[in-house]
Amino acid sequence: MTHKPLGQKNDLLGNVRVETQEEVKMKKTVFLGALTIAALTAGVGSAATLDDVKARGSLNCGVTTGLVGFAAPDANGVWEGFDVGICRAVAAAIFGDPTAVEFVPTTGQTRFTALASGEIDLLARNTTWTFSRDTDLKFEFVGVNYYDGQGFMVPKDLGVSSAKDLDGATVCIQTGTTTELNLADFFRTNGISYEPVPIETNAEAQQQYLAGACDVYTTDASGLAATRATFAAPQDHTLLPEIISKEPLGPLVRHGDSEWGDIARWTLNALVSAEELGVNSTNIAELAAAPTNNPEVNRLLGTEGELGAMIGLDANWAANAIAAGGNYGELFEKNIGENTPIGLARGLNAMWTEGGLIYSPPFR
Amino acid sequence: MSTLTDPPKPAFRLSQLIYDTRYRSITIQLVALVLMVLGIGWLVNNTVQNLAALGKDFNFGFLDNPAGYDINQKLIDYDSQMSHGRAALVGILNTLLVAILGCVTATVIGVIAGVLRLSKNWVVSRLMAVYVEGFRNVPLLLWIILIFSIMSESMPQPRDFRGDEPAASMILSDSVAVTNRGIWIPRLGFTNSLSGNEAVASVEGVPAVASGGADWALIGVTLLISIVAIGFVRSRSTRIQEATGVRPTTWYLQLGILVIPFAIVGLFLGMTVVTPFLKGFNFTEGTHLRNSLIALWLALSLYTGSFIAEIVRAGILAVSKGQSEAAFALGMRPNRTMNLVILPQAMRVIVPPLISQYLNLTKNSSLAIAVGYMDVRATLGGITINQTGRELEGMLLLGGFYLVLSLLISSVMNYFNNRTQLRER
Repeated sequence: MTHKPLGQKNDLLGNVRVETQEEVKMKKTVFLGALTIAALTAGVGSAATLDDVKARGSLNCGVTTGLVGFAAPDANGVWEGFDVGICRAVAAAIFGDPTAVEFVPTTGQTRFTALASGEIDLLARNTTWTFSRDTDLKFEFVGVNYYDGQGFMVPKDLGVSSAKDLDGATVCIQTGTTTELNLADFFRTNGISYEPVPIETNAEAQQQYLAGACDVYTTDASGLAATRATFAAPQDHTLLPEIISKEPLGPLVRHGDSEWGDIARWTLNALVSAEELGVNSTNIAELAAAPTNNPEVNRLLGTEGELGAMIGLDANWAANAIAAGGNYGELFEKNIGENTPIGLARGLNAMWTEGGLIYSPPFR
Repeated sequence: MSTLTDPPKPAFRLSQLIYDTRYRSITIQLVALVLMVLGIGWLVNNTVQNLAALGKDFNFGFLDNPAGYDINQKLIDYDSQMSHGRAALVGILNTLLVAILGCVTATVIGVIAGVLRLSKNWVVSRLMAVYVEGFRNVPLLLWIILIFSIMSESMPQPRDFRGDEPAASMILSDSVAVTNRGIWIPRLGFTNSLSGNEAVASVEGVPAVASGGADWALIGVTLLISIVAIGFVRSRSTRIQEATGVRPTTWYLQLGILVIPFAIVGLFLGMTVVTPFLKGFNFTEGTHLRNSLIALWLALSLYTGSFIAEIVRAGILAVSKGQSEAAFALGMRPNRTMNLVILPQAMRVIVPPLISQYLNLTKNSSLAIAVGYMDVRATLGGITINQTGRELEGMLLLGGFYLVLSLLISSVMNYFNNRTQLRER
């Protein structure tokens, strides 16, 4: 036996045999299976969020399921609002295109899982910055875009003038929020009882409240104002004077990718700084075209220095972010300001130079 | 070249593992086992890696921390300062409540509808067909939401009951209030409660009426003893009937055994009926059946009832026609034929599919999410997970709970099934 025909070989016990075509095929299948297993085991591990977003070509941004003024689709299905403005600014900073955003509607209960699992890259959904969310839930709040507090809305004809008169009332409350915990604390510390009606979304709460299935609706005062603005007869409902909590609302990202957090944080800061420096959507094209004699404006808009390169974006990232929807003040006025049906005053959310709390660290 | 002198020894070759039917099954099982272990290992490894990447650990310590949130429907004591574990227990009890209520009602509705669908009366059988097809073919979620919306949109508000000329009034001689926040029904209370009446905040104009666990336990034990005693009376009647052919009349004895001890215990505890009345924003006293409970309970019962109706109908049709003809020939009325001849035999066909309907109903109760019913999915699997960020632990506990509950229902029903099975003699 000097020469072996093709496909003939010795098995492990030395017996010569010829493989049939069938056998060859079967071996291939087994091999492919093993390969699949190997590939599956190797597939764990994650890249930086910015690279993921760039590769995808769009930003996945978590917003509410619909709260007029903050995030709601308009008649054409285009999302707009104050929180949506943040998403669009971040997308514009990365891609130069404020429409490169996939909006993911989330409820109070689903938002954190969506962010933690990577379904969304950024959550801009009236979310209160708290200790445990920052540390235990492993999120990173990148700033505050609205200083709020929890209020109560009641129908005027209920004749209630203070939240302390609400003993025994039925209260509509969005589950999975800080307001739910504040509510429990407020009623407990004041020694009065209430009946919570848990609901998932703002739309449901509105329906239950208007049907009279609950006496009171409680959430952030801004949310109450926004909800009331959509009523057929907003003047029949009143916000009680008590604000029972601090609710600093801001966008947030996952722990563990500080570079991505920096991009979101400084995009928000750029919008704030732009208002402070007088950069707005009408003069941005002119200011960004050539260096001005204000060095901070120049650094912000990328006509001087290399701030963009430091966070891995183009030099004109901030200019794009501001051009997307205007500066912080413009976003506020356009979506929830006094000239909108929602009619919120700047109050705590005025610039620090005008007695408010909105403040950005310097661009340097 | 040598010649073969003796037959070749059947040496074991590796290829036999695949091509020899003697070994093939072992090979396949081994490969499947290895793949399964690899799969589980991969899942665990992936979970560990991703938890590490998120900087999260895996522990159940959060169950001891204060929950911080309130729950509207609670069968045991609970306030927002109690632990997440306690909140989960409140949710579990709420799930069990709606599951048990649902199973009982669905069975009643299903049996009635199933029997009536076989009725010779054309209108009745057609009506039942409409019910069965209507509920069976529309998603359960729609029914839940529909009932909830009807309750909250079209019922009067509690304040409509107020005033000299109220827009709405209580029904059943002022004892039941149907509002858009649910239905308030009278409850039983005890003026002489075992757990003491001091703990109960007395409402103005009404004496303190407690309703403690100890009272209910006493009543439950009394009823249990009565039922056991009635069982003895019945088996004695059966013995006498078998011996003499005449069944002694014992219904007054049975009724007495049931009612008299109950009445004595009731008098001892000072049992009274407390009717709800309007106070402040809402009705108070009485038992509050919330919209969420009513919507979930009714929808689950009607939906599952339509499936049970078909199961019952199939079971009855499976009993040979000769059985009912024989019963009629003996002069039995249709009513007794159904109860004594047909249904007991039909049970053998009905019970196995009934088990899976009970399991479906129990698991479907997690649709409570649609109407804000505070079941275990809403407490442990909803708010607790959301406030603590313990998704993995919470979901494992939740899955474990539903698994244990389902297995429990199956084993109880299988025991029942074994008892109703035909015994070969």
